[in-house]
Amino acid sequence: MTENIVVTSGKGGVGKTTTSASIAVGLAKRGKKVAVIDFDVGLRNLDLIMGCERRVVYDFVNVIHNECGLKQALIKDKRYETLFVLAASQTRDKDALTQDGVQRVLDELAAEEFDYVVCDSPAGIEKGAFLAMYFADRAIVVVNPEVSSVRDSDRILGLLSSKTKRAEAGAGKVQEHLLLTRYNPTRVAAGDMMSIDDVEEILGIKVVGVIPESEGVLAASNSGVPVILDESSNAGLAYEDAVARLLGEERTMRFIEAPKKGFFQRVFGA
Amino acid sequence: MGIFDFLRKGPQNTASLAKNRLTILIQEERDRSGRGAPDYLPLLRRELLEVIRKFVNVDANAVDVKTHKDGDHDVLELSIALPDKPSPAAANG
Repeated sequence: MTENIVVTSGKGGVGKTTTSASIAVGLAKRGKKVAVIDFDVGLRNLDLIMGCERRVVYDFVNVIHNECGLKQALIKDKRYETLFVLAASQTRDKDALTQDGVQRVLDELAAEEFDYVVCDSPAGIEKGAFLAMYFADRAIVVVNPEVSSVRDSDRILGLLSSKTKRAEAGAGKVQEHLLLTRYNPTRVAAGDMMSIDDVEEILGIKVVGVIPESEGVLAASNSGVPVILDESSNAGLAYEDAVARLLGEERTMRFIEAPKKGFFQRVFGA
Repeated sequence: MGIFDFLRKGPQNTASLAKNRLTILIQEERDRSGRGAPDYLPLLRRELLEVIRKFVNVDANAVDVKTHKDGDHDVLELSIALPDKPSPAAANG
């Protein structure tokens, strides 16, 4: 059985592509056969985060328009041989994606016995975002502890429960997971940032992972190595935990407490 | 907390402000979009419409079914808009 996982958020810049890349790598690392698809037609970026930007020959839109076969367009990852990237087109507009076309690609991936297809959604709630979520079995809603991001993710949760194939067919809910990114425990402790509990309470669902704000994320995208592969970065380790939880393992949340201050910091302030 | 913190007092606890604003806003937005309502509502609405149409010739959107919270209990609210001059639909065939 192939499981389609959409990584979505509504708001832009919250970490969807970073998350898609790390989740896909995390699953592949565990031996799963994984395809990760960039649905952001016109603004291709997943290839950069995955570090395969120089190897894109054909893209998702080419496949949908039968300009090449799916196998020609799937870029095999250099690190994990069960991991494949399907890049977005840079030159076409968002109408280049069609529901039938997306369905056909997903069916073909299922026939090739992929375990997971990770769909990296564009921001917004237009066609690309709609098609990225339409066929989902599960959704990872990426949210920052910030008002506009939380509000937008509630809109997305609403769409997941009404505008997906599962919802329309009455085939059970899309399984929803919340992933809190750019979390800064020090600011939460100071009362400047909403806490995990706050966000869970507002949105009414539990988080599957909390990714701390970390320099490692920028370093990872700079170098084209998904942050989950950086074991010296807390963000990477937090993604590792999130993947384990997605697969049903129990893991306690890490990196969610503010670091203890030393004597001088306590006396003189940070 | 350092001993010189009083020198740089900023706005206090904006996180709880954010939470309160969002809680109110999101509840309103959910109510408006009919989210969180029981999933039998569309079917209930359709069947009610059929029953009512046996007696009165009403519009397809004459029946409105929604739920809301009143204190600690849920209220199911039905509103049926009758036409100005009710005509027995069944009798007309």
